[in-house]
Amino acid sequence: MTDTATGPVPARTETGAPLIEMTGVGKFYGAIRALEGINLKVDAGEITCVLGDNGAGKSTLIKIMSGLHQHSEGTVRVDGDEIKFNSPRDALAMGIATVYQDLAVVSLMEVWRNFFLGSEKRKRYGPINPLAIDDMRSTAKDELAKMGINLKDINQPIGTLSGGQRQCVAIARAVYFGARVLILDEPTAALGVKQSGVVLKYTARARDAGLGVVFITHNPHHAYLVGDHFVVLKLGQMILDAHRDEINLADLTSLMAGGDELETLSHELAREGAVDTQTIREIEVSERAADQASAEVTQPREPLDTPLEEATAEPAPKPQEPTS
Amino acid sequence: MSQTVETAPPPPAADEPVERKSLLTILIHRPEVGALVAALAIFVFFFAVAEPFRSVAAFSTVLYDSSTIGIMAVGVALLMIGGEFDLSAGVAVITAALTAAMFSYELSLNLWVGTIVALVLALMIGYWNGWLTMRTGIPSFLITLSTFFMLQGLNLGVTKLLTGTVATTNISNMDGFGALEWIFASSFTIGDLTVRITVVWWLLFTAIATWLLLRTRVGNWIFAVGGNAASARAVGVPLNRVKIGLFMGVGFLAWFYGMHRLYAFSTVQSGEGVGNEFLFIIAAVVGGCLLTGGYGSPIGAAIGAFIFGMTRQGIVYAGWDANWYRFFLGAMLLLAVLVNLWVRNYAMSRRS
Repeated sequence: MTDTATGPVPARTETGAPLIEMTGVGKFYGAIRALEGINLKVDAGEITCVLGDNGAGKSTLIKIMSGLHQHSEGTVRVDGDEIKFNSPRDALAMGIATVYQDLAVVSLMEVWRNFFLGSEKRKRYGPINPLAIDDMRSTAKDELAKMGINLKDINQPIGTLSGGQRQCVAIARAVYFGARVLILDEPTAALGVKQSGVVLKYTARARDAGLGVVFITHNPHHAYLVGDHFVVLKLGQMILDAHRDEINLADLTSLMAGGDELETLSHELAREGAVDTQTIREIEVSERAADQASAEVTQPREPLDTPLEEATAEPAPKPQEPTS
Repeated sequence: MSQTVETAPPPPAADEPVERKSLLTILIHRPEVGALVAALAIFVFFFAVAEPFRSVAAFSTVLYDSSTIGIMAVGVALLMIGGEFDLSAGVAVITAALTAAMFSYELSLNLWVGTIVALVLALMIGYWNGWLTMRTGIPSFLITLSTFFMLQGLNLGVTKLLTGTVATTNISNMDGFGALEWIFASSFTIGDLTVRITVVWWLLFTAIATWLLLRTRVGNWIFAVGGNAASARAVGVPLNRVKIGLFMGVGFLAWFYGMHRLYAFSTVQSGEGVGNEFLFIIAAVVGGCLLTGGYGSPIGAAIGAFIFGMTRQGIVYAGWDANWYRFFLGAMLLLAVLVNLWVRNYAMSRRS
């Protein structure tokens, strides 16, 4: 039975070592270098955000941490001990749980069946072990309530929940089954503004419960709302490794959008339609204000712990071509 | 177990959901509801138009006919919930029966030996279908279609080779026939109603399958592998074992129904069984199984089989041309698929 660690997780291991520490980690796929020189630390009670454009190496990094792939160079330490995972099961056994973008839920099955899928609780009557259904129902309900998710009916198919709620169920499941490190793969990528807010709220709650969270995203606004530590990847290398105090949202955004490239792009566009970086920024700001206004009108939402307004803007709105 | 001792409301006496939902709401979310309504309508219809249908003897015949489809429909329904098809199920029944009859007869052995050999063979056919489907990733529709033709050829060819005819020799005088007939093909009476033993087996298998599906870990896994195989695997469900097991379940029931045919008629025609696989699938679909997997119920499949029993016999009792039964088969399938689509969309859209 895997129903361990339902209570609060110790804030730190006895040794005081970080939960995960990567030093000089790199990964080759044949001759292709996907990742190089990654130094990353995951501490308990902290959210480490890994940002990067498509193809920056985010997924490779997750796959190494979750045990799907092995790193080619460098060291990975868990609780101070050097390890190399052979399978996701190894990682899970050490309390490293990954919630993938596609969520690993079966949409036609009830919420509680999904919650316990693969780790079902059973009664024991000699040779036959039927499911402990009432126990699982009430446990799932309680665990979700602890995360602040109150469902009217734990028996509804999980497909009837919104994308954000499903994501939250997946997080709650990982926490319940003893995760100490929670890796979230683009949890807000496919979600609307309101749903993203819900997921961010539960991400923060998982951190407050003492978990080390690795939050993978390409949205700096979402990252900055919850992150304690930021790592930006570009073409397989780290181009930023900063604590929250050391960087502001504007810099993070510009770094993410590929600062220099954006500059070049603005010059190219300037030839045709006289748009420079300044104009792009202004458009961005005004669009953000507009989004915010419309969001307030159309979506009355529950109050958040953290302001969500910043999250309403898309990362890099397309500069509009002035009509001539 | 970490049973919380907080102010949780006391668990309900039964396994029914705690939420205050109307009976109608609960019913509409069950997969077998459409079939149940259809079954009642068809029963009332034939009761009204066909006078002989009202007799107890007619009901006995209807039940027996339903059971012969229903026993197989249980396994096929579970397999469909697990997201796979078995087109070889119809001829596998005959393969099992032929094996039992010819093995015992040609080697002059006790019928029990042939019966056990047939069981092993039927399970192996299931294993073959499942293993090949999982190993190659080819849709089970194609894998079992090939098995279907191979078995059909083997049935005809081997029988011709061994007996020189298209049927097995009568085995009713051989050792072990009495006990086996009692298990697979006897009957008893309750009042005026003659009940064939297959009806008991049909209800028993349906009950076991329902319990398995809703109350055990394996059942949870069956829903999961049919609903989303990748997700199921990601959370540690042994995908291959579950699916191969389901194919072997169909193999077991094919053996069981094959034994019924053998011990009821003492002889088996080697060319039979073709087309029956569709009856089993249709019974399962009419009973609420989704063709895409992940949803359905063995009780629904039993109701689907009952609908066929009623109609096949009802058309005869009403004195109509029995060929109309085929038309009905198609119409019923279409209707069932449409109703299922609607029910599923309704269930999935409703947020509470």
